[in-house]
Amino acid sequence: MYGWIFRHLPGPLWLRIATALVLLASVLVLMVQYLFPWMSQFTQFTDSTIGSARQP
Amino acid sequence: MLQVKEVSGPAPARGPGILSRSVQVAGELLITAGLILLLFVAWQLWWTNVESDTRQREVVKEFAENLKAPGDPAAQSPADSSLDYGTPAVGAEPADGATIGIIYIPRFGADYTRPIVQGTTPAVLDTLGLGHYPGTSMPGAVGNFAVAGHRQTHGAVLDNIDALTPGDRIYVQTRDGYYVYVFRNSQIVLPSRRDVLLPVPTQPAASPKESYLTMTSCNPRFGSQERIIAYSLLERWQPASAGPPAEIAAQVARAVGEG
Repeated sequence: MYGWIFRHLPGPLWLRIATALVLLASVLVLMVQYLFPWMSQFTQFTDSTIGSARQP
Repeated sequence: MLQVKEVSGPAPARGPGILSRSVQVAGELLITAGLILLLFVAWQLWWTNVESDTRQREVVKEFAENLKAPGDPAAQSPADSSLDYGTPAVGAEPADGATIGIIYIPRFGADYTRPIVQGTTPAVLDTLGLGHYPGTSMPGAVGNFAVAGHRQTHGAVLDNIDALTPGDRIYVQTRDGYYVYVFRNSQIVLPSRRDVLLPVPTQPAASPKESYLTMTSCNPRFGSQERIIAYSLLERWQPASAGPPAEIAAQVARAVGEG
C-alpha cells in the first residue's frame, strides 16, 4: 500500500522522498491536533475533578 | 520504512495474487495502527506535559505582569510574617478561564509555580493548570477554596500530592495578597463524593468558621477510579503591599521576573 503510494508520487526520486516526508508530517500534525485529543477521552488519566461530568 | 516491499522488480504477469496483496495491505494497516497507538501514548504521557508546562508558564508570567502594572513596588521587601494583617481581603469570583492567582508549594519543588484558573472544565484543567470549582469560596474567605488538578498528563500539576506532609505550607498569591495555608491531611474517596467541596468539607450541617483549601486530583496515579483530596487551613495572610512571605520571596521574584 505505502509502496504503491510512493511509486505513484510524481517527480524524480528526491521530490518523491520530499513529498512523502511532507505527507507524513501533515498526518502527524492532524493526529496531534484532532485524533489524539479525541482519543484521550477513552483513557483514564485526565479525570481529576469531583462529581465530574466527564466519565472515566 | 515506507518502501520496504518494493524490491519485487518487473512484476511477473501482473504481480502476486489478490490474496497475498490483501494480506500485505492488511499487514501494513495493522503496523500503522500499532504505530499510531504508540505515538498516542507518547503524546498523552509526555507531549501534553510539555505543552501545558509552556502554557502555564505563560499564564503565570501574564498574571505577574498584570500585577506589576499598577506600579506595585511590592516584590522587594519580604514582609515580617509575625505581623497580623487582620481579616483577609477576598476577591470576587472571576469569569470562567480567568486567572485567580498563583500557587506555590515548596514541597513540590523550589520552583513549583502554577496558575489557579476559574473553572474545572477540560479546557481549563488540560492547559491552564489548577481549576477553581465555581461556587466554592475564594482564597481567604471563610469556607472552602476548592481546586482540581491533573495527577498525570497535561502538566501533572498535582503529581506529588501524596508527598504533602502535615505542616507543609501552601502559598496562594492573588491580586490582593498572599494567603498562607497549612496542609493538614488527605483522604482518598470515590469520584462521586461532592461533599468534599462543602464549606466545611464532608460536614453538610456545620457552618464554617475557618478558611479551607481543598485540592482534588486523580488516584491512583495512572487511573481515575478514586480521587485524592488534600485539605489545608488558612494560617495567615498578608496584603500585596506587604510583599511576599520571606519563605517564598525568591520563588515569587523568579516567577514574576523570570520573563
